[in-house]
Amino acid sequence: MAIKDYLRERFFPHMWCPGCGHGTVLNGMLRAIENLALEKNDIVMVSGIGCSARITGYVDFHTLHTIHGRALAFATGVKMSRPDLNLIVPMGDGDALAIGGNHFIHAARRNIDITAIIMNNRIYGMTGGQFSPLTGYGKMATTAPYANIDHAFDTVSLAISAGATFVARTTTYHVKQLTDIIQKAIQHKGFSVVEVLTQCPTYFGRKNKEGGAVEMLENYKNSTTPVGSQAGQVNPDLIERGIFVEKQMPEYCSEYSKIIQKAVKRK
Amino acid sequence: MKNDIKFVQGNEACVEAALYAGLDFFAGYPITPSTEIAEHMAVRLPQIGGKFLQMEDEIASLCAIIGASLTGNKVMTATSGPGFSLMQEALGYAIMAEIPCVIVNVQRGGPSTGLPTHASQGDINQARWGTHGDHGIIALTASSHQDLFDITIEAFNLAETYRTPVLLMLDEIIGHMRERLFVPKPGKIPLVSRLKTSVKQGVDYHPYLPREDGRLPMSDFGGVHRYNVTGLFHDMWGFPTDNPQIVHGLLRHLLDKINNNVHLIAKYKEYFLEDATTILVSYGSSARSALHLVKNRRNRGERLGLLELQTLWPFPYGIIREKCAHARHVIVVEMNMGQIVREVKIAVEDPEKVFLANRIDGGFITPTDIRNIIRLIQGKGV
Amino acid sequence: MGKPKLKELHIRQDWCKGCGICVHFCPQKVLELDDKDKAFAARPQDCISCRLCELRCPDLAIEVETEEE
Repeated sequence: MAIKDYLRERFFPHMWCPGCGHGTVLNGMLRAIENLALEKNDIVMVSGIGCSARITGYVDFHTLHTIHGRALAFATGVKMSRPDLNLIVPMGDGDALAIGGNHFIHAARRNIDITAIIMNNRIYGMTGGQFSPLTGYGKMATTAPYANIDHAFDTVSLAISAGATFVARTTTYHVKQLTDIIQKAIQHKGFSVVEVLTQCPTYFGRKNKEGGAVEMLENYKNSTTPVGSQAGQVNPDLIERGIFVEKQMPEYCSEYSKIIQKAVKRK
Repeated sequence: MKNDIKFVQGNEACVEAALYAGLDFFAGYPITPSTEIAEHMAVRLPQIGGKFLQMEDEIASLCAIIGASLTGNKVMTATSGPGFSLMQEALGYAIMAEIPCVIVNVQRGGPSTGLPTHASQGDINQARWGTHGDHGIIALTASSHQDLFDITIEAFNLAETYRTPVLLMLDEIIGHMRERLFVPKPGKIPLVSRLKTSVKQGVDYHPYLPREDGRLPMSDFGGVHRYNVTGLFHDMWGFPTDNPQIVHGLLRHLLDKINNNVHLIAKYKEYFLEDATTILVSYGSSARSALHLVKNRRNRGERLGLLELQTLWPFPYGIIREKCAHARHVIVVEMNMGQIVREVKIAVEDPEKVFLANRIDGGFITPTDIRNIIRLIQGKGV
Repeated sequence: MGKPKLKELHIRQDWCKGCGICVHFCPQKVLELDDKDKAFAARPQDCISCRLCELRCPDLAIEVETEEE
């Protein structure tokens, strides 16, 4: 199947801005799905609110466009009732870690077999450029007009601490890695988190004088390094990318099926 | 048949009824005075292969059951005031996306944390108007465990029939009180199952195109039809739109499917209304005291009657108007500052004859409380 | 198995938003933006079929069609 077979082509061109990295995430995700040869009927994609959330409209899967921050809670309900389905939950940084932060850590803690993709553009784009929990100290946003004094989460550390059993980070520049990581994340049995640094030239780039999409991608190339690399040890300012955690732990739906067996016996 | 008569709390009666109705999936968060519902679900659901989830909060609980409902399950969550407040956004989503689900609110005193272990009926208007935007809503209640059993099943039936969330507005008294419950044999009470589309795989399925009778056949998420579900205004395929004609049509549909069927939805019980000069209108645990008083005063020759509402929303204006047409006084008995009394005043021809008999201190409104207020209304003093 | 060679570079002009990512990052400088800011293959003969333009395109507008050499 070609990736266009996964698209709802009638809604293209999509609504994202020129140069927005979200389209590249969609692109990489569909290639991962294509490589895995997943059936369209076996995929449920759940999103919240924001630029990122519009991704569900463009794909020909079972798609659930929910409310701000709660996508993982909806996805938990779907997955628990149909553990055989592949649940993919793309979220924005504000969606996943501000309003949805609680659901994020608890989904990770349960180790439920859902793939969470955090499309981190460090800004609220849909509402026009307010700072998010991943914007970072000293950055500019419409609600941080004198520079941001909020410190950013480290998504990877947060996901690991919360108990996610697959944790990775990549960027929209590193597209082959992007596809490869999402593919592994979908295959992973347990809660998988993929943080993708994705450019918002319209708001984050412009507000912070980072240039357009091309310059922002150049920046991803130059400011990141493979996890555990020599370069990263020499220069701690480099952002590590790659797979940080990949381990097997009891998965929530499988554990619950054991509960059912116990309960039926004791009835 | 053994075990068909139980001595249980109302919360447990609610659980048994939900299971009788075919519940598959429950998600909730502990909160007094509804917690026993979650506790009993945790025991009972896996015994029948169902799923129980304790979520991180009430928001997540409602979201999870909406997700589970989409896959074809009958679903429920239960909470009390503070949790019900948290659920309002997801409730609006379930209304907009037309997802069948049952939400129990075992009411405590409010506002805020209020009186967690005391009786109140203060969330009745929140049930109607809590979530933002215009919408139709169904809210039911009951005054005894046996009625609660039937009404809980009715909640599931209405949720499926109208593809909508249904609120079950219990109160602390009903939730925690223990009394006899007779569980009927399976099949005795009719159940409405999910209306599934007959559209075959590969044929264009419209999740949001009502049939001629107004019902919308569903297709399970994860099944053969792929469609979109959103809280945005959407077209018949579920895709977002701001086309004024479609927006107008959808909003009308969401209101009309409920408000045009009040005659089918409205459930009530009536006692001694034929010749009653004073009619008490009540619901939930308050109706128990009201009924006690009515029977007591009837024995002394007073022409008192009771209209007990089991459907609170959509409000049965027509039934109230008809039943109360000849009464000299209509007295609404409720444990709040007057939430249903407003609707009764709108319903009757002469709102001047409508009064409120209430109690708001966390104590259970007693027959004596009601009697004293009636005497004041009648100009007899206490 | 021979090396894949470019058969055709399909670019959906109606989907392309002209961000220039494909142009800038093409290792062979095959692509350019036209006067309407739409990407096109100016030097298709130089294409090495690395597909980076296809993978990076945020508009999903590019498809690299190859054939065996």
